Amino acid sequence: MPMEAQDIETLIRESFPQAKITITDLAGDGNHWAAEVIDASFKGMNRVQQQRAVYASLKGKMDGPSGALHALALTTKAPD
Amino acid sequence: MSEVTQPEVPQSAALDKIREIIAGKDVVLFMKGTKTMPKCGFSSRVAGVLNYMGVDFLDVDVLADANIRQGIKDFSDWPTIPQLYVKGEFVGGCDIITEMTLSGEMDALFEQSGIAYDKAAAEKIREANA
Repeated sequence: MPMEAQDIETLIRESFPQAKITITDLAGDGNHWAAEVIDASFKGMNRVQQQRAVYASLKGKMDGPSGALHALALTTKAPD
Repeated sequence: MSEVTQPEVPQSAALDKIREIIAGKDVVLFMKGTKTMPKCGFSSRVAGVLNYMGVDFLDVDVLADANIRQGIKDFSDWPTIPQLYVKGEFVGGCDIITEMTLSGEMDALFEQSGIAYDKAAAEKIREANA
């Protein structure tokens, strides 16, 4: 079942309350999203660590072939 | 009750197999489809970049083996495909590989790992995306 942009942002924000979060629907089908997450907690983390933290915040929505989030393009960084 | 076309392989067997694969080849891409016939846009992008840069890599089609498809996600603690391994280390998925290619970090990684690649081709990618 597709997710809504607001659902994704809400989930991420639970773990990153101060983050700047931008969600884009890549295909218009509610199934292919891009999320940019800019958060101070990312300072000192490499990309893999940053993205793992975002995936963890999505609390299993990506799990399995019938996971609610089929594709999520991630850009993460610490604020400049 | 869904049909089972092959016997259930214990999870640890899939993890052992993955360990063997990434130990056996410097650059391994776990992807959907093959390097010549990718079956997903994200997998296609990473395979395409590696092919364009002339990198010698092993493509593992996760669609061909459900145990590997789930196993690699558990092994890497990473929920999506494609997944790139260089010298047995997880480097990232499509987004990370794309960023690293554009920033030149991919070049640096290949150089410090002693992996041959076409620097001019990498430059062309950066120029085309500048």
